[in-house]
Amino acid sequence: MIAIVDYGIGNLFSLRSSFAAIGKDAQVTADPEVLRSADRIILPGVGAFADAARKLAESGLQETVLAEARNGKPMLGICLGMQLLFDKSYEFGEYEGLGLIPGAVRPIRDVIPADYKIPHIGWNALHFHNPCPLFRYIQEGDAVYFVHSYYAADCDEYVTATAEYGAELTAAVQRGNVYGTQFHPEKSGNVGLAILRAFAEVPSC
Amino acid sequence: MITKRIIPCLDVRDGRVVKGVHFEGLRDVSSPVELADLYSRSGADELVFYDITASADDRKIFTEILRETASKVFIPLTVGGGIGSVEDFDRVLKCGADKVSVNSGAIRNPKLIGEAAKRYGSQCVVLSADVKRVDGVFRVFAKGGRENTGMEAISWIRYGVEEGAGEIVVNSMDTDGVKKGFDLEMLEAVCDAVSVPVIASGGAGTVQDFIDLFKALPKVDAGLAASVFHFGEIRIADLKQEMQRAGIPARIVNTEG
Repeated sequence: MIAIVDYGIGNLFSLRSSFAAIGKDAQVTADPEVLRSADRIILPGVGAFADAARKLAESGLQETVLAEARNGKPMLGICLGMQLLFDKSYEFGEYEGLGLIPGAVRPIRDVIPADYKIPHIGWNALHFHNPCPLFRYIQEGDAVYFVHSYYAADCDEYVTATAEYGAELTAAVQRGNVYGTQFHPEKSGNVGLAILRAFAEVPSC
Repeated sequence: MITKRIIPCLDVRDGRVVKGVHFEGLRDVSSPVELADLYSRSGADELVFYDITASADDRKIFTEILRETASKVFIPLTVGGGIGSVEDFDRVLKCGADKVSVNSGAIRNPKLIGEAAKRYGSQCVVLSADVKRVDGVFRVFAKGGRENTGMEAISWIRYGVEEGAGEIVVNSMDTDGVKKGFDLEMLEAVCDAVSVPVIASGGAGTVQDFIDLFKALPKVDAGLAASVFHFGEIRIADLKQEMQRAGIPARIVNTEG
């Protein structure tokens, strides 16, 4: 069973429906026991980093999420959920993340030309960097759906894919059993479903 | 490179797509769920569901249709029509909408844009404006284009963006239904005024109209249309191929999936 962490942030309807569409058992949960018994965990998120980090801490689920990730359970952070995996974010200040992947979340504005719009919104092609099991059913150049104004920086070693938007922005990351996508696989059509299927199939320990 | 988005808009009443749709010359399709799936497979980048029901009962049917669509179609869904409060945002977002488009509701209550953006994020709030030239000035119309609000359109749109609208749909009433191309002059004025994505609506008649739009105004992010897609006058898969051939970044979908 795949546990989708419900810490009061974001719209989990599409995520749950996506797993149903590919025939994988997924459960939206705020129960630490369910996170422990799950064989995989999804950390979703939309909105502002500080707000999400605070809600995750207050939900009482943060310790369980961290412990399960450190135990080697496959975990996938999506969009803001991916950003939370890093050491810190510079969105409206400086805030601490989960520290599961070394790196920092910084404004896209700092690295793209002035005539590019913020947020980076829409379908953009993936460019593969390091190989990643999440990409086993998709191809270099496949497009996925992004909505974000901040990006993961200082994490080259863990970047598995980027998207070009006036700069090479981090699109996906992996450090061992911890995965992240800046884009929304649950909104990226068949390509997105294929990524979720691949995640549902990575070996769980 | 980010692609230019192609967005079909479906008017939904009593749980059916209004007028029915002659999809790719095959058959008439009036189920919104089925049509959304067909569009998604043919390469639509997003879908807009426009609720044109009046009664609360019908609204319940619309919400059910939305829920069913969102559980089967995995591309961004925008809902518009009858959105007048934060509660309306809540109702459609819970059923799987990703973005909510406000028009007359924001004209009646301009604070709605900011309230919704604070609660759900700017990425969720689309300001849609029906705009028409009156004595050479762009004016905003309300109630589906029936009522001249007297507001100057560019300042209204600028206000909406300052309040937190994350995207703008500009529907030119001057070119809407004429099928002779998008309103490039009006769109350029909006693109020059705001830095959020702009979605062009009103006037598409041919594939070339979309190509002219994106070539003339690289700042326009997306093109929205209804009848030309519904009646099979433009096939989205063909449109995407032609865009790509013209050097416009487009998402090409493998139709086998």
